[in-house]
Amino acid sequence: MKIENIKKEFPIFNNKIENNDLVYLDSANSSQKPLVVVDRIYDFYTKEFSNIGRSVHYLAVAATNLYENTRTAVQKYINAKDKNEIVFTKGATEAINLVASTFGQKHLNEGDEIIITELEHHSNYVPWHYLRKNKGIKINFAEIDEHGDISLESVEKQITSKTKMIALTHLSNVTGAILPIKEITELAHSKGIPVLVDGCQSAPHMKMDMQDLNCDFYAISCHKMYGPTGLGVLYAKKKWLDDLPPYQGGGGMINEVKKNDISYGELPNKFEAGTMATAQVIAFNESINFLNKIGIDNLINHENDLLNYGEEVLRKNNSVKLIGNPKKKGAVLSFTIDGIHPHDIATILDEDGVAIRAGHHCCQILHDKLGLTASARASLGVYNTRDDLDKLNESINNCKKIFNK
Amino acid sequence: MNLKELYQEIILDHGKNPRNLGKFENFNKDAKGHNPLCGDKVHLFLKLDENKKVNDISFEGEGCAISMASASIMTDLMKGKSEKEAKEIIDKFLDMIKEKDDINTNLLEEDEKTKLMSLGGVKNYPMRVKCATLSWHALSSALDDFQKDVTTE
Repeated sequence: MKIENIKKEFPIFNNKIENNDLVYLDSANSSQKPLVVVDRIYDFYTKEFSNIGRSVHYLAVAATNLYENTRTAVQKYINAKDKNEIVFTKGATEAINLVASTFGQKHLNEGDEIIITELEHHSNYVPWHYLRKNKGIKINFAEIDEHGDISLESVEKQITSKTKMIALTHLSNVTGAILPIKEITELAHSKGIPVLVDGCQSAPHMKMDMQDLNCDFYAISCHKMYGPTGLGVLYAKKKWLDDLPPYQGGGGMINEVKKNDISYGELPNKFEAGTMATAQVIAFNESINFLNKIGIDNLINHENDLLNYGEEVLRKNNSVKLIGNPKKKGAVLSFTIDGIHPHDIATILDEDGVAIRAGHHCCQILHDKLGLTASARASLGVYNTRDDLDKLNESINNCKKIFNK
Repeated sequence: MNLKELYQEIILDHGKNPRNLGKFENFNKDAKGHNPLCGDKVHLFLKLDENKKVNDISFEGEGCAISMASASIMTDLMKGKSEKEAKEIIDKFLDMIKEKDDINTNLLEEDEKTKLMSLGGVKNYPMRVKCATLSWHALSSALDDFQKDVTTE
């Protein structure tokens, strides 16, 4: 599969958006879907649909196998040791909530501390805040440096004898900083602290290797990985999934149910209560196939080229200020323009068919720290081209013209 | 409706140089407005005199050109209006911004209506309606609080 022609695989680019060709630069929010994924959902519902895991009829058995095939495909894609270390959730948000809730219930007590960073998306802060409210734990923030980066040292500074968990992003959705997760995990483990990684932004853009990273938990959002919405993956080391109590109770996750007691099912069923997002899970296998066909090295080269080109173009544009200049950066170009509010930028760019995001990108702590109420963000996907970034720049110029800048 | 009509001179002017910006002393009512999704903030200050007329009004805030222009134009035309009149203008403005083509009230001069109508373009940008209405909701809440205060007395 040639990366230059990859746009053709995505039917959305065949349509005009209000008479414009779509320049989609909002993949950090959610990626577009290749036809193979859309087709897979259609085929499953029209030819193969059944619920999984319960009935013994032909369709049920076939659907169960398809569902489990995706679990194996994810295991391989992220190089997890065991397929039962893959839990499907309704999203990365639920994956983090699952860990915060069950880990908190079993292992956190008043006065215990956890560490997150100033870069975190609200979904890796709010679930821990619940524990601050309910259990009286303390949340310490590893601070960013002037480049919008988090170093090993900034995390180390926050570690105390009471630290019970370090939860942090792999790739910032605003500054693009790629965090030294492997080193942080090594340090944390040397002090007996488990590590949860929010992998929403990294999983679509980086090579995934759980055994190498060695973190304890890793949350993935499938809709940012060319997959369906309503689906996430929690990777967790088997020892944790065995240790933690179930998150939700319901059908499918039990072993035996009596009037006076209930025992829970084995992995991975223990954490997958109720009817799961079956069609989405099955279609996600096609997203992984799609990524494998491109090849992670090709994808990384392509996106690095775009990122460098985008930075170069925007740096040359007077009055555009890029946010964050981390040592290792991935896939996002956040910026502000003096005197033009990001919402106005986004509305004007939209008129040219250029889709970006404006706001705090669910990172208010970070924006407060940067002294901004909002920023504009162009984020990259595998289908983007240098031409898209030229159009972004042209449209920014149009915006400056309207505001007489 | 195109973008030029949305970002016309009057909005750019008020957005860039908002009138009545900044807190004034001896206000007797205030209210905050916040768009949690986009982070726009407005803090409205109001002084109603003994006859419940708007003696002075101002705002502090941060936001896009649309939300700043809307707060600027609103505070300009609310001066001297009674509480009741202010509420009617708020209702008529919100009607216009959401669905109607006109502002149907004789409480405003034609040029004031024209200014407000310039914000009407956001109808075609549903995600931006909340920008245009933020300060109006804040004023509404400030007025309602004042009423409560009056009732308690």
